Amino acid sequence: MAAVKRDNEEEVKTDDGSPKIKPRPIVRLGIFLIAHSPIFSVVFSAAGVLALLLLPLLAKNTYISENALMPGSARSMLSNQDVSDGSKLVKDIKNFRLNHEGQGVEVQKLIGKYMSEMGAEVSYQKFHPEGNQFHPLHFFSGPDSYTLLENVSCASYGVNVAGIIRAPRGDGKESIVLVTPYDFINGGDYESLSLGIVSSLFSLLSRVTWLSKDIIWLVADSRYGDYRPVAAWLTEYHSPSFKVSDLLKCDELNTADTFRRAGTMAAALVLKVDGRSERFEDTLSIYAEASNGQMPNLDLINVVNYLAVHRQGFYVKLEKVVSLLSSSWLKIFGEIFEAVGKLAHTLNPDWNFGIPAADYLEGSATLASSLYSQALGIPTGPHGAFRDYQVDAITLKVSPRFPPHSKTRQHDFFLRGARLLEGTIRSVNNLLEKFHQSFFLYLLTSPSKFISVGVYMIAFALLVAPLPMVAASLYIDGCKALTNSTHNPAENFKSWKWLDAAKQVFALHLLGFIVTLLPYFICQLPGQHSPRNRSIMWGTTSSSLLLITFVTIPGCSPFSSRLHRNNWAVLKSVTIAAAFIGLCLMSIINFATAEIGALLLVPTCLMAQPIKPALRSRSIKSLLGALCSLVLVTIGFPVMFFAISKGLLGEGIVGLSLGGEFWTWLESLWAWKSATYLYIGMVHLPCWLLCLCILFHPS
Amino acid sequence: MASLLRSLILLLIVQSFLFAIAFGSNEVEEFSEALLLKPLPDRKVLAHFHFENRAPPSNSHGRHHHLFPKAISQLVQKFRVKEMELSFTQGRWNHEHWGGFDPLSSMNAKPVGVELWAVFDVPQSQVDTSWKNLTHALSGLFCASINFLESSTSYAAPTWGFGPNSDKLRYGSLPREAVCTENLTPWLKLLPCRDKDGISALMNRPSVYRGFYHSQRLHLSTVESGQEGLASGIVLEQTLTVVLQPETTSVESNMQPSWSISSLFGRKVVGRCVLAKSSNVYLQLEGLLGHELKNVDTEIEAHELWKNAEFELSLKPERVLRESSSFLFIFDIDKSSDSEPFDLGLTWKLPSKWSCQQAPLHASRFLMGSGNERGAIAILLKATESQEKLSGRDLTNGHCTIKANIFQIFPWYIKVYYHSLQIFVDQQQTTDSEVLKKINVSPSTDKVSSGMMEMMLELPCEVKSVAISIEYDKGFLHIDEYPPDANQGFDIPSALISFPNHHASLDFQEELSKSPLLSSFKEKSLVRSYTEVLLVPLTTPDFSMPYNVITITCTIFALYFGSLLNVLRRRIGEEERFLKSQGKKTGGRLKQLLSRITAKIRGRPNEEQSSSESPAAQSSVLSSKLIFKIILVAGAAAAWQYFSTDK
Repeated sequence: MAAVKRDNEEEVKTDDGSPKIKPRPIVRLGIFLIAHSPIFSVVFSAAGVLALLLLPLLAKNTYISENALMPGSARSMLSNQDVSDGSKLVKDIKNFRLNHEGQGVEVQKLIGKYMSEMGAEVSYQKFHPEGNQFHPLHFFSGPDSYTLLENVSCASYGVNVAGIIRAPRGDGKESIVLVTPYDFINGGDYESLSLGIVSSLFSLLSRVTWLSKDIIWLVADSRYGDYRPVAAWLTEYHSPSFKVSDLLKCDELNTADTFRRAGTMAAALVLKVDGRSERFEDTLSIYAEASNGQMPNLDLINVVNYLAVHRQGFYVKLEKVVSLLSSSWLKIFGEIFEAVGKLAHTLNPDWNFGIPAADYLEGSATLASSLYSQALGIPTGPHGAFRDYQVDAITLKVSPRFPPHSKTRQHDFFLRGARLLEGTIRSVNNLLEKFHQSFFLYLLTSPSKFISVGVYMIAFALLVAPLPMVAASLYIDGCKALTNSTHNPAENFKSWKWLDAAKQVFALHLLGFIVTLLPYFICQLPGQHSPRNRSIMWGTTSSSLLLITFVTIPGCSPFSSRLHRNNWAVLKSVTIAAAFIGLCLMSIINFATAEIGALLLVPTCLMAQPIKPALRSRSIKSLLGALCSLVLVTIGFPVMFFAISKGLLGEGIVGLSLGGEFWTWLESLWAWKSATYLYIGMVHLPCWLLCLCILFHPS
Repeated sequence: MASLLRSLILLLIVQSFLFAIAFGSNEVEEFSEALLLKPLPDRKVLAHFHFENRAPPSNSHGRHHHLFPKAISQLVQKFRVKEMELSFTQGRWNHEHWGGFDPLSSMNAKPVGVELWAVFDVPQSQVDTSWKNLTHALSGLFCASINFLESSTSYAAPTWGFGPNSDKLRYGSLPREAVCTENLTPWLKLLPCRDKDGISALMNRPSVYRGFYHSQRLHLSTVESGQEGLASGIVLEQTLTVVLQPETTSVESNMQPSWSISSLFGRKVVGRCVLAKSSNVYLQLEGLLGHELKNVDTEIEAHELWKNAEFELSLKPERVLRESSSFLFIFDIDKSSDSEPFDLGLTWKLPSKWSCQQAPLHASRFLMGSGNERGAIAILLKATESQEKLSGRDLTNGHCTIKANIFQIFPWYIKVYYHSLQIFVDQQQTTDSEVLKKINVSPSTDKVSSGMMEMMLELPCEVKSVAISIEYDKGFLHIDEYPPDANQGFDIPSALISFPNHHASLDFQEELSKSPLLSSFKEKSLVRSYTEVLLVPLTTPDFSMPYNVITITCTIFALYFGSLLNVLRRRIGEEERFLKSQGKKTGGRLKQLLSRITAKIRGRPNEEQSSSESPAAQSSVLSSKLIFKIILVAGAAAAWQYFSTDK
């Protein structure tokens, strides 16, 4: 690389000894960066990783951006009478289920009766628990309208109950949705507590005069998962089919009543109660990630967090990657940052960026989980279904500190839970416009701290910055080598040297695209196949396709001897350029995926070098380099990375079941229309293959 | 021709003057007030205030009115209004519980906000001008932003889909208008007694606005005298409909709440408005209880009916009228005085339950689709239970049909694709011609006029549900066309569903008293219901970030113009040549510097030197200057930092 530098300097000087013509400063800077690309790429990548590690330090405190929300400014109107209404419902459901062994839709009817007694309009909705079908063309498309299924069986269908309280003086243009998933057949005691909380609140809301938006309470039949019933209800709400539905024929419930609607949704809250809190206080967990890393408006989280902490005394938490909490290396980083912060504080008392190491650890564990769930692109709860319709929604999971049978504690728990929801609804009710003031692009490091897009993009930008530099430097390098090696003037035609490499890169990207589509055809195969068999099928077809590509398209194979010796530099340059473009595109669609992808792909691409010369030279440095690139390429294989991340999360899987697991994981990705799947297939996999080609390049 | 016309007018005036002398004393202006109270099935009470002011056909323009509000008569004369209705509404009419097939609901269930329609008696070309002027006049009169209906994008000219068939009709509505006491006060000013005396004294603002539904309506129509030379008479009908929730003390949930006028309004009637010809209070009880009491002998009715096992009235009614499904108790408030105020009360003794008559089809409307691009509007008509009992079916061609008219205005930013209209009858898609008898569409023009659709459906009587869907695109507004709260979304005004073959009227068995309220009930009125207002979220620019936009725009401009100037101005070849020529003359830098300094000391420019000065030397001088400046600034900054942190 030093040679490159010298070459560049020589180029700058003119041959007739006159003082060199200085190019424009920006060009000079570019040339300088390209000339020193190895150093800069190390510096930038390290800075990128460091910036990522620094993010918990840079997190700002959340604040309520929309003034109209005014959380907690009104006194709660919830009375003991309302709470006892809620307790009564819980008791009735429990007794009912004891007496009637989980049959039919009687529990739904009981809840419906309660709702209508409170003055709400009740409607029942039947839905099919059918899974999402993978269709490659449906990525990024909106929620597809209700597709009719042929020969629907009446044996399995769920029934949702929805009650609507009309705002007394409202105009009915907007509504707020409360969702309580409840398994009507085998729901536990804790689950029914969520019904109690919301019904206490509902009883209050049917009396109040301040409502300006209608309130919808949806009791989702979570027999078939939390997400599906909510999604089915939303589909029926927004894009009903006016044609005859087969479900009407299976009539266990007289569905003469209409499906009721209440205007545009302003916000939605999903309430779940599960498990007992490990802490002394009642715990409230907030889940906000929807599909493809979309987040609800930060103001919604702020309001809930403010009310839960400052009014109702809940302990609010977010998901964390627990294994990170005990990791020693992160702790060391935290201590270093703490020490630096203290030092800075002694230098200037105004510099207060240091945070305690424990806080740092918590923050990074939360951030990692936030990044992970955004990167996965799978919603973390039923609230994800709302995001498809541009409705801001979050899931609140409450864990009480008492066992489910304690009556006295239950009353207090209902009171506080319902007051929290009341406050939130009151705030949203105050809104004249829909949520738009606060952030939509952010990462949370704690319920009251966030990192906005302007900050977290720096880490990514630093990480991918070396790619264009190295690509340019390699290109210059490769061209020079080519020019030196050939003496054919026709081949010296400079601007076409990248064409061979580009062909290869393009062919492999095309292959990646086909491999991405393959599961669709595998799913279409008749007969039942286990995920393991399917993954094997996929693997074999993909690898045979790869071989076919190598054989049929000339110049694609890494093993063909036709190529020039130094061609790998140009190939690597084009690969890196393709990876750069892919990563930048992905960062717009889903930042978290791009960030994690860059962490994997950038070192792999940068380190990839042919092993043969390294083995031949037998110097320790080159051997180390070869080993590094080998390890990185091994980790970079999607299946491998999946296994490693599973291991990090604490679920080790080894052996043949891995394929099946991987298949199911991918299936879930495409079922949720996660762009991560596309990223893996169309950016990561081709780049990884190209790195492999470079690794085994016969130079 | 002109002189002939003038003489004709003169003749007319003289004639009308004579007429006034002859007949003027015959007809006088009349004012009457009435209050109708009606318990509703969902434990609420409906109060309907009705004031009617009649000005007989008169001959003069300058005549003073005795009772009739001058503002209104001037309005009618100036804009040649033939018929007009203005309503201010807050809250939604509950068609399921409060009824949809009686004159009260078909006339007083209005869409949220302001609705105005008017028929003019002017040549076709002047209708729009008259409408625009009228909106401004009404806007001033009622303290409301009715003047927004002036713009051609907010009103439409329905031909047959809306009630009266006329080509001089204009219709507009403002769904977002907030209705409050500032609109009620000018409305009350039109009454001869205002709210000081009589029934209108009951309108205690807090209790009126606490209600679940509140609609104030002003309807005026001109009555052609039929006689030559007489100006037309005007009938002004003012109604206020409120639905109130009586406060309950009883614990039993199925018991209807007992109430009295004073508990509903917080006031009592202490006497009638002395200017009113008649002032009555009516109580309408309908549904189940009426049926039960049907077999009671009519003779004893008057004595027994108001006090029975089921309920009890606190006052004895003057008369009891009987209708097919309800009873009407009539009270006269003449006898009340300060010492003995009129305070009608209703006490329930037994739990009772009944249901209101409903329109043949219940209409609801909603938006379909998601996202900022496309969507669809769906109107859903569901058969109600009472449909079977209804008369007024059209038995043409041997089978029974229900006719339904749908009238809908679309603002221009909702670009409706009329070809995508789909009609599903009983969940089967139909070809349009099967049920769609007539359709009239006037497409919208961007920023010029709103779109309008009128449809006439002819449905079989046994229909269970009808769904109509029509797709639309969302338009883009210019930045200054957005309202202040653009992120709320934009409203689509209510659609009107009317049933031309169904007419609601109260059919009293006894002969009628002369009360205007009852005669208006007796008239057959078209059954109509308004759907919900819809909220469409449109794409809105980020108004909160003008700073960012300005910064980015300025940066782009600077970059563009900077590079353009560079390209235009610089000559690279020249510069290179110049540099080369400079390279040959390598003078001592120190010498040059010295000569410059001496030149400066002498106070005149050293031309010889300056012309031959190399840019390299210049740049080196410049850079030393630059370094000095930077050091100076850094020193200042350090000093500032030091002093500021010290404090």
